[in-house]
Amino acid sequence: MKLAKTVWLGSALAAATIGLAAPAFAQDKEIVIGAQCDRTGPTQIVGTVLCPAYHDYMGLVNSRGGVEGYKIKVIEIDHEYKVPPAIEAHERFKKEGAVMTSAFGTPQLIALLKKFEEDKMPVTSPGIGSSAAADGKKYPYVFPIAATYWSQAGGAMKFVKDKLGGNLKGKKIAYIFFDNPAGRELIPLLEEIGKLEGFELRTFGVPSPGIEMAAQVLDITSRFKADFVVAHLFGRAPSVAIKEFKSKSYPLSKVIGLVWAGAEADIVAAGGFGIAEGYNTLQYAGVGSDFKVIKDIIAMHKAQGRTPGKEMESTVTYNRGVYQGAVHVAAIANAIKAKGGGKITGEDLRKGFESVTTLDPSLDGLAPPLKLSAEDHEGGGWVQVWSVKGGKFVKSSEWFQGYRDVVKKHVETENKK
Amino acid sequence: MLYREAGNYKTTYAKDMALFPLPLTRWVAAALLVLFVAIVPTVLHEYYLSIFNLIFIAVVGALGLNILVGYTGQISIGHAAFMSVGAYTAANLAVKLDLPFWITLPAGGLMAAFVGAIVGIPSLRIKGTYLAIATLASQLIIEWIINHTPAISGGASASIQVPRPVVFGHELKSQLDLYFFTLFFAILALIATVNIVRSRLGRAFIAIRDQDIAAEIIGINIFRYKLIAFAISSFFAGVCGVLYTYYFGIANYEAYQIVVSIDYLAMVIIGGLGSVFGSVLGAIFVTALPIVIRLLVEAFGGFIWDTAALSAVAASMRLVIFGALIIFFLVVEPEGLARLWRNIRNYFRTWPFSY
Repeated sequence: MKLAKTVWLGSALAAATIGLAAPAFAQDKEIVIGAQCDRTGPTQIVGTVLCPAYHDYMGLVNSRGGVEGYKIKVIEIDHEYKVPPAIEAHERFKKEGAVMTSAFGTPQLIALLKKFEEDKMPVTSPGIGSSAAADGKKYPYVFPIAATYWSQAGGAMKFVKDKLGGNLKGKKIAYIFFDNPAGRELIPLLEEIGKLEGFELRTFGVPSPGIEMAAQVLDITSRFKADFVVAHLFGRAPSVAIKEFKSKSYPLSKVIGLVWAGAEADIVAAGGFGIAEGYNTLQYAGVGSDFKVIKDIIAMHKAQGRTPGKEMESTVTYNRGVYQGAVHVAAIANAIKAKGGGKITGEDLRKGFESVTTLDPSLDGLAPPLKLSAEDHEGGGWVQVWSVKGGKFVKSSEWFQGYRDVVKKHVETENKK
Repeated sequence: MLYREAGNYKTTYAKDMALFPLPLTRWVAAALLVLFVAIVPTVLHEYYLSIFNLIFIAVVGALGLNILVGYTGQISIGHAAFMSVGAYTAANLAVKLDLPFWITLPAGGLMAAFVGAIVGIPSLRIKGTYLAIATLASQLIIEWIINHTPAISGGASASIQVPRPVVFGHELKSQLDLYFFTLFFAILALIATVNIVRSRLGRAFIAIRDQDIAAEIIGINIFRYKLIAFAISSFFAGVCGVLYTYYFGIANYEAYQIVVSIDYLAMVIIGGLGSVFGSVLGAIFVTALPIVIRLLVEAFGGFIWDTAALSAVAASMRLVIFGALIIFFLVVEPEGLARLWRNIRNYFRTWPFSY
C-alpha cells in the first residue's frame, strides 16, 4: 500500500509541473532579457556578485520608470558552468519572449554561437569568449562590449612598456596562463607584440584546476628571471599565483593580472591586501564604490526597505555587472528610439547595440568611453589598471587602449581564415 | 494487472527470442513510439523539445557507459573524453573533407572505439578503483592532446564550427528537426544495446562482471571481451559526442570535461547498473530533474521572494533538492530507478489481490 501512495504522489507532482509550465507571454511595453549565470559552479566567485549587480541595476532603471516607458524584465538561469543547461536556458529564454541574452562562460557562449545567429538574438559577453567576435561583420549578434582577451593583452603590454621605461627591447616577459583555450588565445598576439618590440616572451601553462603552480612560478622567478609577468588566471588560480610569487620574494608590482585575476575576492583569498601590496590588475570597469550609480542603488534598496547585499563589497565584479546592465539599457533605449515604440525585436536591438556611444551619466568614471559600431562590437577595447596600495585598490592609469592596430590586424586575419 | 505472463506460451524459437515476448509489452512499445514520433513533437512547445533533445543525446552516452560499467563491471571516468574524440573526428571530417553526417557520425564513433580500446588495455591487469584512476588519466591525456594539437582542435580556441546536418536536402536547424534527428539515434542505440546484452557478447560481459576467473575457466577470452566492451562503450560515447557537435553546431572540448564524465556515471548509477531501461531513466533523471526543480521553485518561490532574490534562491535550491533526491532514491532503492520501476511493476502484477 505504501508503494501505491508513492506512485500516486509522483504522478500528482508530475501533473502539477506540467500545469505550472504554462507559457507566460511578454507584454508590449516590456523588454525581456535572458541572463545566463553561474552562481553554483566553478566560476561562482564571479557569478554570485556579477548577477545580483545586474539585477540591482535593472531594478534601479525600473524604479526610475524604465527605459523610454518600457519596463525591463530579467529572467536568470543558472547553468552551473555546464553546456547542456546553457542550451536549455537559451530555449527557455526564447519561450519566455526574451529578445536578447547575456552569456556567462566561454564554453557556453561557443556552444550557442550558431543559435544566436539563427534566432537573431544579440548576446553580450564582456571579458569572455572568442576575441575574434569583436568583428561585427563576422559575428553580427555577438557583442563583447568590453576589452576582449586580445585587447587585454595589448593593454597589459602597454602598461608593462610604460613601467619598464618605455622600451621593451631585450626584456624578458613571462606569460603565465590557465592552460585552456581562453588562456592560449592570447599567445599569438603576445608573440606578435614581442616581434614588434623585440622582447623575449616565454609562456608558462598552468593545468586545470589551476591550484598548483609552484614549479611554473619558480621557473619564472629563478630560471627565466622575468622582468615582468602577465598573469591570465581564473577562479582559485589568481590567489594561488599571488601567494606563490610572494613566497619566492618576487615583487608583485612586476605582476599584472588580466581581468579575471583581479577581484577583491582573489586578493582576500591570497591572504589579504597586506600580502598583495603592489599587485597590478587590469580592469574593464571602474573599481570602488565612489560612483553615483552605486549610491543610487543603495538609496533604491533603502527606499524599498531592503538592506543592500553583501555582494556590493566586491566592487570589482559588482561594478562589471552594473556596467553590463548599463550597456544593455543604452542599447534598448537606442532600439526603442529608432523604432518609435511597438514591439522590439532582436534585430532592432542589434542595431541598438551598434549605435551605443553614451551610457547612463550616473556611471561616470565607472564605465570606459566605449563606442560600439557595426564593425566594432568591442567598443574600442578600453582598459584601466588598478594596483594594490596601502590596503586597497588605487587607480594606476586612466582609460587607455594598448596596441590597437596590432589587435585590429589580428582580428582581421583570424576572421579571414 | 500489467505484465501478466500467464497463458502466454512460447512454442517456437522465434517466439522465445522475440524482443518483446508479451503482447502487452509489444503494445506498450508501439504506443511509446507513436507518442514520441507523432504526439510529443506536435503538441509540445519547442522549449520542451530542446529538453527532450538533451535527454535523447544523454541516453546514447548513458547506454554506452552502462555496457561498460553496468554489464562488464569495468569502471570508467573517461567517458566524456571519448565523446570529445568523436566530436572532433566528426567536426574535422565535416569541415576539412566536407563529408555529410551519415559518414562523420559512424566515423566519430569508430575513432572513439579505437581510442577506447587502447585505453581499455590496462583493464586486464588492474581492477576497480585502480582502473578508475587509469581511465581518469586517459580523460586528462585526451583533453591535453586536443588542447595542444592545432591539427585536431582547429586553433587556439579549440573549437570547430560544423554545418548543420542535411537530410534529403533539408537542413536540420530547428529544435523540431533536431528532435527527430536525436530521437532516431536514441532509438537505434536502444535497440542495439538491448540486442547486445542478450547475445553471446552480452552474456560474456555479464560473466566477466560477476566473476572473471570463472568466466575465463568456462572459455571466455577475458582480454578480448574487455577490450570489446571498452570499444563498444566508447563507440556509443563517440556517437554521443557527434550528436552533441551537430546539436550545438560546434565542437569544443570544454563541453566534455571531467564533470561530464561524472554526470554520466551518476546517470548509470542512479538509473541502475546493468539495466538498459535504467540508463534511460538515469539520463532523464540527471538531465530533466534540475530543470523541473527550477520550474517548481520559480513557480512557488514567486510568492515569497522578488525576481532578483528568486534567481539566487532557485540556483541554490535546485542543487540542494537535486542532491537530496539522489540520496533519497538511492536509499529507497540502492539498485537504482530501474529496480524501483520493477518493484512497482511487480506490485501491480498481483494488484488488487496481493496476499
